[in-house]
Amino acid sequence: MSRTEGRIPPFQTFLEEHRAVVYRFLLASAGPQDADDCFQETFLSALKAYPRLRHSDNLRGWVLAIATRKAIDAGRARSRRPVPVEELPEVVRAGEDPLVPFDPLWDAVRTLPPRQRVALVHRVVLDQTYAEMAAAIGGSVEAARANVYQALKKLRTEVTER
Amino acid sequence: MSSKDKMSEQAATEAGFDGQEWRAVEIGLEGLSRAAARRFGEAAWDAGEVDVAYASVESPFGPLIVAVTARGLARLAYPNEEADRVLADLAARVSPRVLESSRATDPVRRELDRYFEGRLRRFETKVDLSLVRGFTRDVLRATARIPFGRVSTYREVATRAGNPAAVRAAGNALGSNPVPIVVPCHRVLRTGGGLGGYTGGLDRKEALLRLEGVLEPEGAKEQKGRS
Repeated sequence: MSRTEGRIPPFQTFLEEHRAVVYRFLLASAGPQDADDCFQETFLSALKAYPRLRHSDNLRGWVLAIATRKAIDAGRARSRRPVPVEELPEVVRAGEDPLVPFDPLWDAVRTLPPRQRVALVHRVVLDQTYAEMAAAIGGSVEAARANVYQALKKLRTEVTER
Repeated sequence: MSSKDKMSEQAATEAGFDGQEWRAVEIGLEGLSRAAARRFGEAAWDAGEVDVAYASVESPFGPLIVAVTARGLARLAYPNEEADRVLADLAARVSPRVLESSRATDPVRRELDRYFEGRLRRFETKVDLSLVRGFTRDVLRATARIPFGRVSTYREVATRAGNPAAVRAAGNALGSNPVPIVVPCHRVLRTGGGLGGYTGGLDRKEALLRLEGVLEPEGAKEQKGRS
């Protein structure tokens, strides 16, 4: 198969290969209500940029970087827009949906500032190295480390104060 | 499961999920992301961001792969061709923006269904011959004009394509037809009535010619004309 090595795979192949990790990342970082929209936006951005890709190295890192931007944007949009009570999206009852575990820790995660939250998800949910995180989030390895540190510190205070 | 996923399974266990809960999360993720990916394929086609849309279409010969561009049907592959290779080839030669979409390919599927039921004599589906060039394209254009239930010869399509002497080249051109059935290369026979060759295998050529009433129905065949 050396003939096709390094070639850009058909987009469908790329989508199949990375859809689960992207969904996992978005579910944890953007939350169950925004995960699906972020997923669609992530792959649409990827599709638009796809013909300009020069090589197929680290497509996983590439799509996670796009997903990271979408998760940060969704977090900012959500915190800017107050949600009137009657428009509250359907609440998933805690413990019934395995994807939304009833856990005060996750509630606290969702209150973190967007950059800290995505950094924490990259580290804890995806097991990314700090170098991979820095590439995905944009910024230095030190900044990535600091974001995770700040996030954990805040969570520790939040959870122990409850 | 990649080593990374195993690592996050371990992380999940450390975070207090038990194995069963974690498997439920994994199954949920698989289903959610698959559904989201399917919706994405359809939406992307509607948004005009897909260059090649494909689907698998059931037929009497087994599942066919049909691939369409904005210009028309660019590829129809028999089951003996490996799907991954067909898609990789389209990605390399047309565009890597290849996505599965039933909506984009439904018109072709419906016409193929009716053709195989014997209820369609002429495909309205437009054909995109951008995968072939030059003489091959001319030969396929000439072939596309042979009506349902009629046959022609290699010599005749070579002549119509502008080069009566290029009989062998015409045979090669038909052998590389990217859209068999719809561009009916099965209707081209040897001078004298021999079946000649077929990319999908001679059995399929015979089956198509029987469907169109050119050959006797199966059971009534006393000579196959394979001279």
